[in-house]
Amino acid sequence: MSMDIDITLTVNGERVTKRVEARKTLVDFVRDDLALTGSHVGCEHGVCGACTMRVDGVIVRGCLMLAAQCDGATVETIEGLSDSGEVADLQAAFEQRNALQCGYCTPGMLTAAQELLQQAKERNAVPSREEIREHISGNYCRCTGYHAIVDAVESVAKARAGAKS
Amino acid sequence: MKPAPFAYRKARSLDEAIALLGENPDARLLAGGQSLIATLNMRLSAPGLLIDINGIGGLDGIGLKGGAVEIGALARHCAAERSDTVSKHAPLIARAMPFIGHAAIRNRGTLGGSIAFADPAAELPACLLALDGEVDAQGPSGKRTIKAGDYFQGLYETALGPQEILTAIRLPAAAADTRIGFAELARRHGDYAIVGLAASARGDGKGLKDVRLAYFGVANTPLRVTKSEAALTRGDIDGAVAALDLDPHDDIQATAKVKKHLAGVLLRRVAAQLMEQRP
Repeated sequence: MSMDIDITLTVNGERVTKRVEARKTLVDFVRDDLALTGSHVGCEHGVCGACTMRVDGVIVRGCLMLAAQCDGATVETIEGLSDSGEVADLQAAFEQRNALQCGYCTPGMLTAAQELLQQAKERNAVPSREEIREHISGNYCRCTGYHAIVDAVESVAKARAGAKS
Repeated sequence: MKPAPFAYRKARSLDEAIALLGENPDARLLAGGQSLIATLNMRLSAPGLLIDINGIGGLDGIGLKGGAVEIGALARHCAAERSDTVSKHAPLIARAMPFIGHAAIRNRGTLGGSIAFADPAAELPACLLALDGEVDAQGPSGKRTIKAGDYFQGLYETALGPQEILTAIRLPAAAADTRIGFAELARRHGDYAIVGLAASARGDGKGLKDVRLAYFGVANTPLRVTKSEAALTRGDIDGAVAALDLDPHDDIQATAKVKKHLAGVLLRRVAAQLMEQRP
């Protein structure tokens, strides 16, 4: 049985066809094969959240999915979210509030936070600080102590709710 | 680390997956992968073949059937978390769901995978035991149903045969007098529990009956504490704590002594939850 798999998927809006080793994780695939190095590799066992990306509209651990599983899938990495402007306000808030120092966790943190903000928008609510902490509980940051990150996410949540009404 | 090399096949039917398991004794089934791929990355396991069952249709339903909540093996945690059927008829599962991993994990992980993997520190196996649920399995010789009490046999060891696939779990639907309790202590929300406790009971006037207490993180399997259940049925919380006959091992998170103490703390919290619930 073959150790290699042919996959066709959509990454940040572009159709990609590649032959990958079955054992290759999604995050290694986007980094090594597609040169999309915004998704970071941290713990490689689902604890740190540095590899958080979107598959078929929901956030996943890029280290806990195989590229082989993504045949036919729609994958969005931080490069896609950034280029489309979808998280521009979050990025600005992170910068303004010093919600990053080394930046290693930031792509995953932004991607996780964006999912919470989308869910909050669907139910017409501004997430509480507790809900923000809960939603990013799977994303380690070893620099900031999280307060500034929660501040940034909260300010964007309020701004988006205000802009909408 | 990176996984050791393996082959990958996407099964299109249960029969195909069962046949592949028969032909490849060193194969593993891939469902949500949220435990399996972590162990592959750490090379704690190195199967020759991964059989991806995510493409098999009809295994992700959540519904009420004949007085029981039936959850297909491939239903993802996030689906159960948002399911009205689960929150109304299997409230213990709904209560436990936010404790399972993190949002990104719950978007991929499956209930069937969690029960099949049978991690002794995981929430769902203990919930299945506390609710006296059952597991449907299918193998080369057909289908069978296994009671939760017979299912968990050892550390990561279940009653499933090497060629059997878990297809659904079934939980008795909550009745008007059903009470549930759940508590867990972890260093970070979503991490594996240091100790956890899932419970169900029925209200009986001012008291309780049919108390079932299932601990996780304290033994090789989820574990019922029948002496404490009996004490709680008598309304004796102190007696229930005193009757805890747990023998946990030291692990990376806490010593056995700390775990035993925390088990008592959780029992008091869960007892309060069980006794406070009024229809």
